[in-house]
Amino acid sequence: MVSLLKNKGWVIGFIIAAILFPFVLSNDYFLHVLTLAFIWMIAVYGLNLLAGYTGYLSLAHAGFFAIGAYSLGLLSVNTDINFWLALLLACLITSAIGAVVGLVALRTREHFFAIYTLCVGYIIYLVIDKWDSLTGGVRGLIGIESPSAIGPLTFETPLSQYYLVLFFLLFTVLIMYRIVHSLTGRTFIAIRNSEDLAQTIGISTMKNKLLVFVLSTFFASLAGALYASFIRFIGPDIGYITIIFDLLTYLIVGGIGTLAGPIVGTFLIVAVSQSLQFLQDYRMLIFGPLLTLLVIFYPRGIVGAYHDWRMKMAARKRNRPQKEQRYFEAETDESEKKIKEG
Amino acid sequence: MLIETKQLTKKFGGLVAVNEVDFTIEKGKINAIIGPNGAGKSTFFNLLSGSHLPTSGQVIYKGKDVTKLSPNKMAELGVARTFQTTHLFEESTVLDNVIVGHRLRTKSNLWDAVLRTPRFKREERKCREKAMEVLDFVELTHVMDQQAGSITQEEKKRVAFALALATDPEVVFLDEPTAGINPGETEGLAELMEKMVQRNITVCLIEHKMKMIMKLADKIMVLNYGEKIAEGTSDEIMNNPAVIEAYLGGDASA
Repeated sequence: MVSLLKNKGWVIGFIIAAILFPFVLSNDYFLHVLTLAFIWMIAVYGLNLLAGYTGYLSLAHAGFFAIGAYSLGLLSVNTDINFWLALLLACLITSAIGAVVGLVALRTREHFFAIYTLCVGYIIYLVIDKWDSLTGGVRGLIGIESPSAIGPLTFETPLSQYYLVLFFLLFTVLIMYRIVHSLTGRTFIAIRNSEDLAQTIGISTMKNKLLVFVLSTFFASLAGALYASFIRFIGPDIGYITIIFDLLTYLIVGGIGTLAGPIVGTFLIVAVSQSLQFLQDYRMLIFGPLLTLLVIFYPRGIVGAYHDWRMKMAARKRNRPQKEQRYFEAETDESEKKIKEG
Repeated sequence: MLIETKQLTKKFGGLVAVNEVDFTIEKGKINAIIGPNGAGKSTFFNLLSGSHLPTSGQVIYKGKDVTKLSPNKMAELGVARTFQTTHLFEESTVLDNVIVGHRLRTKSNLWDAVLRTPRFKREERKCREKAMEVLDFVELTHVMDQQAGSITQEEKKRVAFALALATDPEVVFLDEPTAGINPGETEGLAELMEKMVQRNITVCLIEHKMKMIMKLADKIMVLNYGEKIAEGTSDEIMNNPAVIEAYLGGDASA
């Protein structure tokens, strides 16, 4: 119960900080960077549900991000339909493509799944890059409209767009929270733990995996569509392989399989890379080793490390007197096993 | 008779892992499968629980042919199983690990979860209650809120039992439930199996610890090189020359 309150504290703290930020630092550049970071966070949440909670590391999500962006872009440039309808359609189109890809991809596991989806991602990039007549090829799409007004609310200024993207981010977090803390979420986690075990307790693994896959492509495309409407120019680069590795880095640094991970990781890396701008590409010399150390010592990222630390504190409080005995028991277990095996 | 196998055979390439085995599992009893290493016990188990498809032969459950059903469909029909190694989500609490065990008896879907519908709340509560109930049954209420990674090997075995029991099974397959734990704890798990039978849950297990099996099992089947060499009560098995030969090798007449 206490931990729940503390979690709520974090959430409320984040919301207040995000709402107040533009008033504290009214700098259009920072606002732009932060809005972009929020967009990435949405995509990372989608990836997290699949890779973090279900154990399927997809490398095709930059592709789905791009499909979302291009769907919205093309609908906006070539047709007159309302922006919000176009946004919805962009997400649905991508989800449908995601379902088809998922049906094939989810027949593979682990490394094979990662490699297969890597190829799918690259194919999506190539299609966008080469299909000149539809996507404009390397020239990209120009003149995508920004979100149209809802009643008195307009989204022309950077500030209003910042709040719009923040709204979508909070919406994403709410949905993720509800999914993860439900039987549906537990089902996903059971699949990550052991697919064989999940099946023997009556979980239809293929059905659930496909559901997660489609959901995660939905959020990737939502992020992509928001990106297109925010930047208003897109090129095939947004589907390129480097994007998925950026997303993955955000996720791993923040904490894969944790709810706060995508926000923490994305914010941290965006902030650090902004402040190391002057080093240009040499900043990777700092990023690389840091990331390696983090993965070695904290495989569940910053948020995961924090959770572990809290659990450890709770355990220490609970059974301080019994602790030594437990150690002893565990040791005898191990040695007994060794004797049996030897 | 709850489960019956007819001429059940599994071949892996040229290797015949299970060869034309006829076996029946009696309702409300403890059924055991024993045999030397590599005798095909685990494969036989996998065929029964639907993890492997047999090359030929049939599995009949309550008079119905279930040979080709997937493990999750088998679980829905009331067939649960545990594995030799217990896969728990170590970072989560014991209770959280067991709650998902009752998932197959619930219907709430993604929309229920996102919209927090009454059905969702009802079923969440139901699963939690079920998890508490089975944890109480396996006597683990005291570690319920601890991280699954921090409990002992024996407690992990009990959690695996609890997870299987949370599916509301009629029959539970236990794959070497007492591997890697000490004699005192083995005794405790044996009592637990007897308690399950009292609750009208049929037990079928693979085991290496002969002394325990001979005392515990109502019915034993012995496999060797994939073939059934004996079936019967513990007395019959202990005096069966084929069994003695398989275990001790060579001439058993001395």
